[in-house]
Amino acid sequence: MSKKKDTFINMVVSLFVITIISGFSLGFVNDLTLEPKAKAKLEKKVNALKLVLPTFDNNPVEDVLLIQVENIKVSVEVYPAYQSNEFVGAAIIGSTEKGFSGLIKIMVGFKPDGTIQNIAVLEQKETPGLGTKMKDEKFLAQFRDKNPASYNLKVTKDGGEVDALTGATITSRAFGEAVQMAFDEFVKNNGSLIRLKN
Amino acid sequence: MDYIIILIAAVFVNNIVLSQFLGICPFLGVSNKVSTSVGMSGAVLFVMTIATMATYLLHEFILVPAGLDYLRTITFILVIAALVQMVEIILKKVSPPLYQALGVFLPLITTNCAVLGVAILALGLEGGSLLKAVFFAVSNSIGFGLALIVFASIREHLELANIPNGMKGVPINLLVAGLLSLAFLGFTGLV
Amino acid sequence: MAEKVNQTQNFLKGIVKENPVFVMLLGMCPTLGVTSSAFNGLGMGVATLFVLLMSNIVVSLVKSQIPSKVRIPAFIIIIASFVTIVEMVLEAFVPFLYEQLGIFIPLIVVNCLILGRAEAFASKNNILSSILDALGMGLGFVVALTLLGATREILGSGSLFGLKFVPEDANTFILFILPPGAFIALAYLTVLFNKISIKTT
Repeated sequence: MSKKKDTFINMVVSLFVITIISGFSLGFVNDLTLEPKAKAKLEKKVNALKLVLPTFDNNPVEDVLLIQVENIKVSVEVYPAYQSNEFVGAAIIGSTEKGFSGLIKIMVGFKPDGTIQNIAVLEQKETPGLGTKMKDEKFLAQFRDKNPASYNLKVTKDGGEVDALTGATITSRAFGEAVQMAFDEFVKNNGSLIRLKN
Repeated sequence: MDYIIILIAAVFVNNIVLSQFLGICPFLGVSNKVSTSVGMSGAVLFVMTIATMATYLLHEFILVPAGLDYLRTITFILVIAALVQMVEIILKKVSPPLYQALGVFLPLITTNCAVLGVAILALGLEGGSLLKAVFFAVSNSIGFGLALIVFASIREHLELANIPNGMKGVPINLLVAGLLSLAFLGFTGLV
Repeated sequence: MAEKVNQTQNFLKGIVKENPVFVMLLGMCPTLGVTSSAFNGLGMGVATLFVLLMSNIVVSLVKSQIPSKVRIPAFIIIIASFVTIVEMVLEAFVPFLYEQLGIFIPLIVVNCLILGRAEAFASKNNILSSILDALGMGLGFVVALTLLGATREILGSGSLFGLKFVPEDANTFILFILPPGAFIALAYLTVLFNKISIKTT
């Protein structure tokens, strides 16, 4: 095979052919991966839900409520959970922009009376080794089975009851704020959630 | 206010080179003299701004409406490569002095990951608009320039320093970059 | 026989003598950007190895059909296609890694290592040599990234591949998982690598 000459036609044709082939193969792979991609995303959400909620038998992802809140651009997601048609709790996505490096997004699971069942961290960009310790069991444990109505979510430095992470007070403060926001939404919507299924 | 935060964040807090690790190749490669690093920074400012504008429009008005979001990487790199060529040709004709100053750096920019990186990051800005994306690109290229020029000035001094044999060349440069990055780490939490 | 020795050398050169990271300083952005843990380094290395191997194969197959004036854009399209494939596959099947590597996945396109090998090697050699070259260079890259990631993870979080070997609240050198640690760890690893490779050759 001899090297193709640098004529205009040759250049256009060869680039055109390569682009066509790559375009088609990418489209093909995209079609193949479309379903697994959506599934992976859903799975992540369902796993977080299973972690923070008491056992449930409905599909919270389908029953999701989107609630418009004034000072937040995106709507708050509320996932209600039912066990044999009885309201057993709800998971609410809480977020704040006040983390050390911006956005912190968590999912908080509440029992019907407002007690925290569990918390899962969904998104964060905090400093590795300091702020990221908010995912650790030791930090999360202090929120479990507490009712924010009586439990002050501020860090001890600000007169609250949360032990801040070493070297990451700002992260801890923001985390408490996100939990508070989720709780406020829960209280606001608790009534309608119970009624929803019955 | 938003814009001031973007500027400070891009230049100091999340400096594109020292904390995001984009554009390391030119950062290590063309930083042995302050004058060349100034030229490179100018070229990056120029290309990054135009490229981000072009890719943002392409993404917003062609790729997303057509549902071809997955072709992002391939279209962006082609747009950037074509733009660099075009800028080179236009500069040569329109402004020979500017071409003299920036010309040699232009071909290197195609493979500068900072340009592609910023073009992609600009899509993810909150409440994004074209103006914001362009402003983001300008801020980041200022951050790139700052890091590059400071690093080059340090390297010029290093030539006179007495360095242990094993550390000469690459290792000492990396170490200096590390210390510089450590200094920039002091800006975290500013915004 | 000589042919065989040549091919072995062709494969081995990427791992030690022309190691893309420690010796040639190619692909520094992902090298520094994603190596905060050994697993991330390994993941990035393997993704890059795959793209490098595929692009080397394709380039060496089509090299005679591409006019030399447009070869660079043609190579870029080929590389970008494989990168996009990697991006989609990772998002679908290894979402955890996809999130960790983030923007550095699309940036494999501008990894100078890949375009460099396509231009300097695959466009001039036959397919077998190109495959060996890609495997050698790619493995060199994987080794370098995993090593750097492991060093930073051990020092910075007191763990290796996610397995912690220090108590939960022990103080570790957090510096090493922060950005400056990447530069500093790589600086000392390069010194070490040079020392060892000088001794062995």
